[in-house]
Amino acid sequence: MAFHIPEDFYYTKDHEWAQVDENIVTVGITEFAQDQLGEVVYVDLPEEGQKITQNQTFGVVESVKAVSDLYAPVSGTVIEINSALIDDPSSLNDDPNNEGWLVRIEMDSEKELANLMRSPEYKKLIAEK
Amino acid sequence: MIVNIMSNSQKTPLYEDHVKLGARMVDFAGWIMPVQYESLKEEHFATRSNVGLFDVSHMGEIRVKGPKALDTLQWLTTNDVSKIEKGQAQYGLLPNDKGGLVDDIFVYCLEKDSDYLVCVNASNTDKDFAWMLAHNKGADIVNESSSWGQIAIQGPKAIELCDAIFSEKISLMNRNEIKVSTFKSFKIMIATTGYTGEKGCEVFIESAGTSTLWNALLAHPLDAKPVGLGARDSLRTEMKYSLYGHEIDDTTNPYEAGLGWAMKPAAKDFLNKAMIVSAKENGLKKKLIGFKMKDRGIPRQGYEIKTADGQKIGWVTSGTHSPTLDEPIGIAYVETAKSVENSEFFVDIRGKLVKACVVKTPFVMK
Repeated sequence: MAFHIPEDFYYTKDHEWAQVDENIVTVGITEFAQDQLGEVVYVDLPEEGQKITQNQTFGVVESVKAVSDLYAPVSGTVIEINSALIDDPSSLNDDPNNEGWLVRIEMDSEKELANLMRSPEYKKLIAEK
Repeated sequence: MIVNIMSNSQKTPLYEDHVKLGARMVDFAGWIMPVQYESLKEEHFATRSNVGLFDVSHMGEIRVKGPKALDTLQWLTTNDVSKIEKGQAQYGLLPNDKGGLVDDIFVYCLEKDSDYLVCVNASNTDKDFAWMLAHNKGADIVNESSSWGQIAIQGPKAIELCDAIFSEKISLMNRNEIKVSTFKSFKIMIATTGYTGEKGCEVFIESAGTSTLWNALLAHPLDAKPVGLGARDSLRTEMKYSLYGHEIDDTTNPYEAGLGWAMKPAAKDFLNKAMIVSAKENGLKKKLIGFKMKDRGIPRQGYEIKTADGQKIGWVTSGTHSPTLDEPIGIAYVETAKSVENSEFFVDIRGKLVKACVVKTPFVMK
């Protein structure tokens, strides 16, 4: 299956994407991740204002079968959550790169971006799976 | 896509068919099995509304034969095997020597007193076979697992599909029966049993014929869908059917598991009867119950059940988001005092106490 892996995103090894707009980072799960999960039926997101830390869990997505932790691509403060997902998480499957975004983070330090992958490296990672 | 496959895992006779169908294959109990084809939910709904096909070839088949076959099964199992006649099936349990269970099983009577087929859980086949040999009362016990493929055909249209495919009409059979027959030139045994709560059957077939049968079922215009282990689990959880390793294991007292109906201590003696029955007579400390969540969260196996002040009173054995009900459901052991309907308790979900309450089961009425 061909997954759409936008070139302007950053990626974690745990299959989150991060879109950076100055110091604001929008976070979601990749098309590969949603395919692995199957239909998402439940999402647990942090509160707005909560501090999160790079590589630490900040929430959970669950399918009928499995629970998957969400890992923060960068450290910072949650400034917005996609609350539409709480009642209806289907956009996580249908449009994970756009409508299915999870949280927006005010990033502490853009230096942490150096720890993330760009699209060619991420494509290589999922090709090995 | 194949992930986390152990190199020594076994393949069922349908392995190539699953790969061709694009199934996601996983390692399950030492077998490479399809967990889902396209969509777990759609496979679940296909079984509830039409008909689903399940590769259950990984299940073990142990044959118990000879003049001492019945005596041996009476000693090894908790149910009264003398009650089933040729062509009938019965659920039962294999008690161990510590008050727990080696496995849960289905016993099929092929010849009264002298020939029985015992269907066991895939993960337990070798253990069960060794246990049965060690406690044999003179029967010929043979592990025939590698000789048989097995396909479960389940759903409201299952009977119509089977009657179109097989010469033996399952529409004329009662629940929990078995008939020996043939499909093309292959020997089969059709059993009107299942693990979904739906009508249908489980067909044992000579390994070499499994793929031919699978494809004949798929090709029929009734539009049967292949169903993976993911939906098999959500379907059985909606019925609160026990799964070894979840609701029952080598420490389970069958009465606590709600399996007293498969216990016949008054009718016969069986292995370790006194210990299992005395646990019941001394009062059961916990009970297996079904529950639903009052607040947001999905219960999962291993989560602790607690009181409002955080005291542990049980644990979740199975939990999922029920596709049929579109809400979370769970099965748990809880202290007997908290096991009555509408009792409230909390599930510890990642450190957060989320309110839940005991409900009637099965969760989905069929």
